[in-house]
Amino acid sequence: MSGFDQLRLDGVSRRFGTADALAGLDLTIERGEFIALLGPSGCGKSTALNCLAGLLPLTAGAIWQDDQRIDTLPPEKRGFGMVFQNYALFPHLTVRDNIAFGLRMRHLPKDDVRRRTTEAIEMVQLTEHASKLPGQLSGGQQQRVAIARATVLEPSLVLMDEPLSNLDAKLRLEMRTEIRRLHQSLGLTTVYVTHDQEEALSMADRLVVMRQGKVQQLGTPEEVHTKPSTWHVADFMGYRNLLPLKISQLNGDQVTVDLGGTPVRGSAQGAVGLGDDVIAAVRPEDIKLSDEGVKGLVEVVEYQGRERAVEVVLDDEVRLHVRTEQRVDAGEQVALTVTPGRLLVYPS
Amino acid sequence: MSAIPQQTSQPTWQHRLAERGVDRRLWLLLPATVFVLLLFVYPFLYGLSLSFQPANGGGVLANYDKFFGDAYQRDTVATTLKIALPAALLNVLAAVPIAFRLRGRFRGKRLLTTILVVPITLGTVLTAQGLLNYLGPTGWLNRILLSLHIVDDPIRLTNNYWGVFFSLVITGFPFAFLLVLSYLSGIDPTLERAAATLGASRAQRFRRITLPLLAPGLATTFLLTFVLAFSVFPSAVLVGNPAGSTRVISLAAYQAAYEQYDYSYASAIAMVMGAVELVVVAIVLVWRSRLYTGSTGGKG
Repeated sequence: MSGFDQLRLDGVSRRFGTADALAGLDLTIERGEFIALLGPSGCGKSTALNCLAGLLPLTAGAIWQDDQRIDTLPPEKRGFGMVFQNYALFPHLTVRDNIAFGLRMRHLPKDDVRRRTTEAIEMVQLTEHASKLPGQLSGGQQQRVAIARATVLEPSLVLMDEPLSNLDAKLRLEMRTEIRRLHQSLGLTTVYVTHDQEEALSMADRLVVMRQGKVQQLGTPEEVHTKPSTWHVADFMGYRNLLPLKISQLNGDQVTVDLGGTPVRGSAQGAVGLGDDVIAAVRPEDIKLSDEGVKGLVEVVEYQGRERAVEVVLDDEVRLHVRTEQRVDAGEQVALTVTPGRLLVYPS
Repeated sequence: MSAIPQQTSQPTWQHRLAERGVDRRLWLLLPATVFVLLLFVYPFLYGLSLSFQPANGGGVLANYDKFFGDAYQRDTVATTLKIALPAALLNVLAAVPIAFRLRGRFRGKRLLTTILVVPITLGTVLTAQGLLNYLGPTGWLNRILLSLHIVDDPIRLTNNYWGVFFSLVITGFPFAFLLVLSYLSGIDPTLERAAATLGASRAQRFRRITLPLLAPGLATTFLLTFVLAFSVFPSAVLVGNPAGSTRVISLAAYQAAYEQYDYSYASAIAMVMGAVELVVVAIVLVWRSRLYTGSTGGKG
């Protein structure tokens, strides 16, 4: 394995016409890390991945592999494996030949190619399908071929571009675990692009949350999950309630906002002042039904198995999303409290 | 009671047909079918039977004996193949790199494509005239070469094999180019990128990925331009040497029909022409059937 200790992205930028698809991405990837690039579509995450792979030339910045500059190398010289969103399996080659392709391009001895291909096929449990063409496989099997093809070369870096987005929900969960397991057992370094926050949180060691070509936040899943740096990140990380409110009291980073006529305490995430317009973010699961608190009317109830997703309209027409295990029905009057410390207040 | 099974069996029978795609919409095929029957199948069968009824008596195969017994006639098959096969091959081979370059999006693509395709609209006669003006003994090319003292005598590029060959390339290339371009855009470009990340160089990507996926399309393109080239007639007369090196088979059929008024013999020559084309088509199709012809992942 032509491993590296560190891969450094230094102000990597990519411009399409006049639009910045990626504006100055700085990121250091340590060997063995699993990094997820997360963000809504058009945020530049796939652009970043293609720049890393060498499929897209940079318009500014540099990529360093230890002390070697690699952003001017063509993709075939970088030795990174890539898994594409649509798998991009070679339709005219069998599963075995697809997986062996990269080894053959490296002109390895025939016995080596056969042995390593067989191992890779066994690893992704496709032994009985080895001589089929990709068109004869299911989506999940094709996905596994794509992963085996990218990892059989033991690349120093594996790039994955939304590899699970074409699979159904159940398969997605299985493959998630499988990819993480492969990452660990093969000692891979992985950069994984996704728009699914749950996928990113569950798989990655570190997350890079992106928006409009810029990094919004970089941190461990827990940091990003519990302390989103901006309300855009919060929005993306499942803070479904983003409420435009005004600060009525301020004490250090303890702030009080008015929610449906009831004062609610939250913690400031950035520079805010008394009377400022702010955005208060809170997750549906951090709002509880209780005996007293913010009053509202239940409008919609969605049964979701263990829990119910409830939409509550407050007196001032503000809508709150709540998750609860309690039984409620549409049309009921309820009172709500926010779990202390879970209301985050961002400058708008 | 006997009416009941009939009632239940009738929809089943219609359903069964519908499942195989037989329903009333099939009537829409009628005009096209009639067209093909009247304008292709009937004339073909008529010509076939005519070819077995020699005008000057003799056996059923007398016309064919006459054609293959006469070296002057028999050689037209080889002459035509010698022009049509290389011309078709060159058209396909030249179309591949150009279509490859024009595959992506870039400024001026439409203009360039138009320029490449315009010869289709010109027609053979105009092309022939252009060839004579440009490549003829007193054409621009020879005048330039002579005035620069590169040659002492004009190079003969018209009224011989090369004149017909150029004419076939000029008219056949746009067809080949358009077909190859559409086959090529049907191949998912991510396949090549995937190959690149697996370490394949540009040449390897073309040889291992693009070419195998393109090959069936190339075979089809070759056949279409070959069939066009094989029935070459006007340019064989206008820019060729119709008495010698470019006496193609369609010319032999023409002379039989309209100079000797022997329709039966002309039909036999036309049948030979069709048979030779079919043999080439069959060979290429057999080769094509051994290639991968499934999905190529793209929008095509």
